[in-house]
Amino acid sequence: MIEPGLVKLPEMTVPPQDAQPTSLPGAETVPAQPSAIRAFLQQRSSGKFADGAFGALMLVCALSIFAIVLLIVFVLVSNSRLSIHAFGWKFFKDSSWDPVSGDFGALPFIFGTVLSSILAVAMAVPLSLCVAIFLLDICPRPLRAPIAFLTELLAAIPSVVYGLWAVFVLVPIVRDQVGPVLEKYLGWTGFFIEPNFGVGMFTASIILAIMIFPIISSISRDVMKAVPIHQREAALALGATRWEMLRMSVLRNSRLGIVGAVILGLGRALGETMAVTMVIGNHPDISKNLFAPGYTLASVIANEFSEASGDLYLSALIEIGLALFLVTIVVNAIARLLVWAVTRGESARHA
Amino acid sequence: MKLGTRFPRSATMHRLHELRRSAMNHFVTGLAVFSTVLVLVPLVAILGYLIYKGASSLNLAFFTHVPAPVGDPGGGMANAIVGSGVILGLASLIGIPVGIAAGVYLAEYGRGRILGNLVRFTADVLNGVPAIVMGIAVYALIVAKQHHFSGFAGGVALAIMMIPTVSRTTEEMLATVPHAIREAALGLGIPKWRTILSISLRTASPGIITGCMLAFARVAGETAPLLFTAFGNQFWSFDLNQPIAALPLQIYVYAVSPYDEWHRLAWAGALVLIVMIMGAVTLVRIFANRGALQGGH
Repeated sequence: MIEPGLVKLPEMTVPPQDAQPTSLPGAETVPAQPSAIRAFLQQRSSGKFADGAFGALMLVCALSIFAIVLLIVFVLVSNSRLSIHAFGWKFFKDSSWDPVSGDFGALPFIFGTVLSSILAVAMAVPLSLCVAIFLLDICPRPLRAPIAFLTELLAAIPSVVYGLWAVFVLVPIVRDQVGPVLEKYLGWTGFFIEPNFGVGMFTASIILAIMIFPIISSISRDVMKAVPIHQREAALALGATRWEMLRMSVLRNSRLGIVGAVILGLGRALGETMAVTMVIGNHPDISKNLFAPGYTLASVIANEFSEASGDLYLSALIEIGLALFLVTIVVNAIARLLVWAVTRGESARHA
Repeated sequence: MKLGTRFPRSATMHRLHELRRSAMNHFVTGLAVFSTVLVLVPLVAILGYLIYKGASSLNLAFFTHVPAPVGDPGGGMANAIVGSGVILGLASLIGIPVGIAAGVYLAEYGRGRILGNLVRFTADVLNGVPAIVMGIAVYALIVAKQHHFSGFAGGVALAIMMIPTVSRTTEEMLATVPHAIREAALGLGIPKWRTILSISLRTASPGIITGCMLAFARVAGETAPLLFTAFGNQFWSFDLNQPIAALPLQIYVYAVSPYDEWHRLAWAGALVLIVMIMGAVTLVRIFANRGALQGGH
């Protein structure tokens, strides 16, 4: 190795200053065009620092989404510790909910949430698929955009307005018109037994079905649209009728995505709060009678959280929130994966 | 295999088969038409009833007065309209910049990277978290620490709900910006941050604005996250540190009350809320269709 100080460098030969073009006549008054641009570019910073800072800022904002989810989990777990310690897994198997004696079990709420959501999905899915097919294939072209817009307007109506409408319009209809008919013809099944006050599981499921319909319909339409056109043409060329073409090439190829759309709707139904709270009757019963009042995980929080007295009561309600959060996260993750698998991320529209 | 072995049918059998196929086709078509009509009925019923009930109970006092005590006629929701505006303003102030920045990261930096995919997936999942859960999380984070309900907490809850929607739309819109435009800018020596701000975001701005307005419209009607954060207030208040009134909250309280006068106000409030939201959505549609770059596929 040679130490730099010991080596004698040859003298640099500096060119004489007057060789510069500045000495040319008239150079001071009219600067050459290219050097002006270069000067402009050089007087600005290279952007290296700004680029780094900007990229970091964007990264921080993106990571904040992670942080939010982690923070929600942390806050919910730490605030429900009291109830988790007191009840353990029994919390989800116990059906008593008695704030006075401090005995809490979430089973009636789980039952109510699952039953109302499944009923809603069962009502909404056939309708949504029919509407998706109608808009995609059957509807005359000029009507397509307005009807699609109308169904999407359903998604824009706030939950509380659905609730208001359900309380004053749907409840009387179920009580006076639909209820007696169902009781007369289907009463023997044990699902529709009087007394029917209009508020209960059945009404809540109907309003939920109306609310999740736009999501299922618009996503399954996207998924069906993603089926390559030559698949349809091939079926039609073989002489298939429209229904046969839809069944063989469209529905068959998009079934995974349709399942995803349905699960996404289920996720929305599980967490829906206001409209359900307003019509479900809010009584922790487990009954197979759909006219009986029920209670859901979300509506017990909405109803009792602000008047919960005592740390255990509050903690039990927060544990219910935690359970709801985890369930909806799992359901949504599955649904997103299915929809992605079909559309390959091309159109991830969410209603 | 000969065709005859699979279809050993006479001319009448064949005609029957064809009849069955076409009947099935017509049946399904009819079913689809019927279902669409069946779905449009509740929509028309909700909107029609809302306009009928709301319009008949709307008056000037609704926009200028605070709620009257029980039993007193009159009163309005002026404080709730203003309170909603305050909360939504705060939510937009936090949610829109963070959401757009996250969308920029997803589109311009994180494309094809594991971290980018993870953030995208988390955003989609966060989008499906029930609003009521957001409410109790923000309650535990802010309200329980401050020991009182506040408009600030309500704004934060709504902002968190806006972020995933805004970021995913921003990402989708940035993805539609042609790559050549970016390369042209970079080729002129413009730094990347400047390219993103002045070229990519600018080109995609109609779509991004649409996304922001839709996110805004979505949280504008949210009640559940405000129940234990903003809490509601019967009087005028602009203080972000105090409980504040909000239109959806007021509608909920009045709808479940036993008083006819309050029911009337709830309908009026619902009409005002819907007109605000639908107005925003419709405006956005018109705006987006006129924009330089259309977001739709």
